[in-house]
Amino acid sequence: MTPTRKRRLIAVGLVLLAVAAAATLTVFALGKYQTYLYSPSEVLAGKAPAGASFRLGGVVLEHSLQRAPDSLKVAFVVTDRFHELPVEYTGILPDLFREGQSIVATGRLDHGRFVAREVLAKHDETYMPKEVADAIAKAKAAQAHSAR
Amino acid sequence: MAEFLRMHGYAGYVWSAYAVFVVVLLADALAPLLARRQTLAALRGRLRREAARGARTGNPS
Amino acid sequence: MNRLVLWFHRLGSPPYFYRFAGRWLPWLYALALLTGAIGFYGGLVIAPADYQQGDSFRILYVHVPCAWMSLFAYAFMAGNGFVALVWRIKLAELLAMASAPIGAAFTFVTLVTGSIWGKPTWGTWWTWDARLTSELVLLFLYFGVIGLHQAIEDLRQAARAAAFLALVGVVNLPIIHYSVVWWNTLHQAQTVNLLGESKIDARMLWPLLVLAFATHVYFFASVLARTRAALLALESGKAWVRALVAPATEPAHG
Repeated sequence: MTPTRKRRLIAVGLVLLAVAAAATLTVFALGKYQTYLYSPSEVLAGKAPAGASFRLGGVVLEHSLQRAPDSLKVAFVVTDRFHELPVEYTGILPDLFREGQSIVATGRLDHGRFVAREVLAKHDETYMPKEVADAIAKAKAAQAHSAR
Repeated sequence: MAEFLRMHGYAGYVWSAYAVFVVVLLADALAPLLARRQTLAALRGRLRREAARGARTGNPS
Repeated sequence: MNRLVLWFHRLGSPPYFYRFAGRWLPWLYALALLTGAIGFYGGLVIAPADYQQGDSFRILYVHVPCAWMSLFAYAFMAGNGFVALVWRIKLAELLAMASAPIGAAFTFVTLVTGSIWGKPTWGTWWTWDARLTSELVLLFLYFGVIGLHQAIEDLRQAARAAAFLALVGVVNLPIIHYSVVWWNTLHQAQTVNLLGESKIDARMLWPLLVLAFATHVYFFASVLARTRAALLALESGKAWVRALVAPATEPAHG
């Protein structure tokens, strides 16, 4: 390698190193402050901004969904399997909203209840046909049954 | 067939996503074809002009 | 080994590359089209609907290959940019600059199809989570590279400046990839894993892999086509290009 090429290689390498270092620091800084969502445990521990709007993430507790008979108002409980938080929402829920599924709700706390103005469904990274999902559910049920 | 096209109610979403893919990639595929054709046409024009000038002055270069 | 090095050196010569690319292009386009059609058929017709999302999950077959290509094209661009900066190889400059618009196109399709997918599944067209935001930053990086390349008059200087910007932007690639791990995002985690188990049924996976292959082949076809066109414009004064065009102008001489 000629000296000029070596010099270029070192110069480019140094700049890249500097940029990588800056980016790493930014990522770490963001990791501390940029929180897309808070879990019910974090909210109950007082980590979520009080009186301000934030995002709540968690699983819709099974058998907790209640729909108002005459309006689009719904109430359900969001859990992270450690703590639970009741949520109120008025509007159309996304297709993937169902009990036992993860959601992300945007809104604010009001006397211990989370009043959401938007509810988004989070889907997981698993894809399978319906009959496979049914078979897995059946196998799980059978296992639970035999364990009992 | 009609049920396939309807995608169980998701037709608008599924087909528009596939349409975006096809249209954008088609545009991407045509771009270099047109660019090369343009360059070749410009080059032919230039060579022709040079040849004509060379013939007029009787000094082919 | 020696022959491979020799071939690489030959490939670096513009007239050889021009002929080489011209010979391979139709085959690459045909292969991409054929495998793309098989993948689309597999994804739209053969693959069963998802147990949660139903048929809207079929957007995966355009969204995910494009997302992979948006990263791959950037890595290819940056790699060639690095070679261009250190060794000043003309062809590497052209290859780097040729991948920018293709990568931008894939990134654009990724963002749009993701948005179309997000509406029925998540319930929103867009959210500012780490994955979506970093992918949007990628699109702007591509725009920056293309813009810088076009802003500078001297073509070779322009390519080197743009290659430098491309190289700096590489830090965004791991951020995009790990965004779903490092932060809480609305976007779900990785489904297909090169090492370890993929979380997708085999009947749903194969069309995705076929389409990933098709988009890679298409990418190389498009890069070769664009590089070929750029080479012609850059070397328009050279003898080999004149010889290429000459047969058509020959009759004028009589």
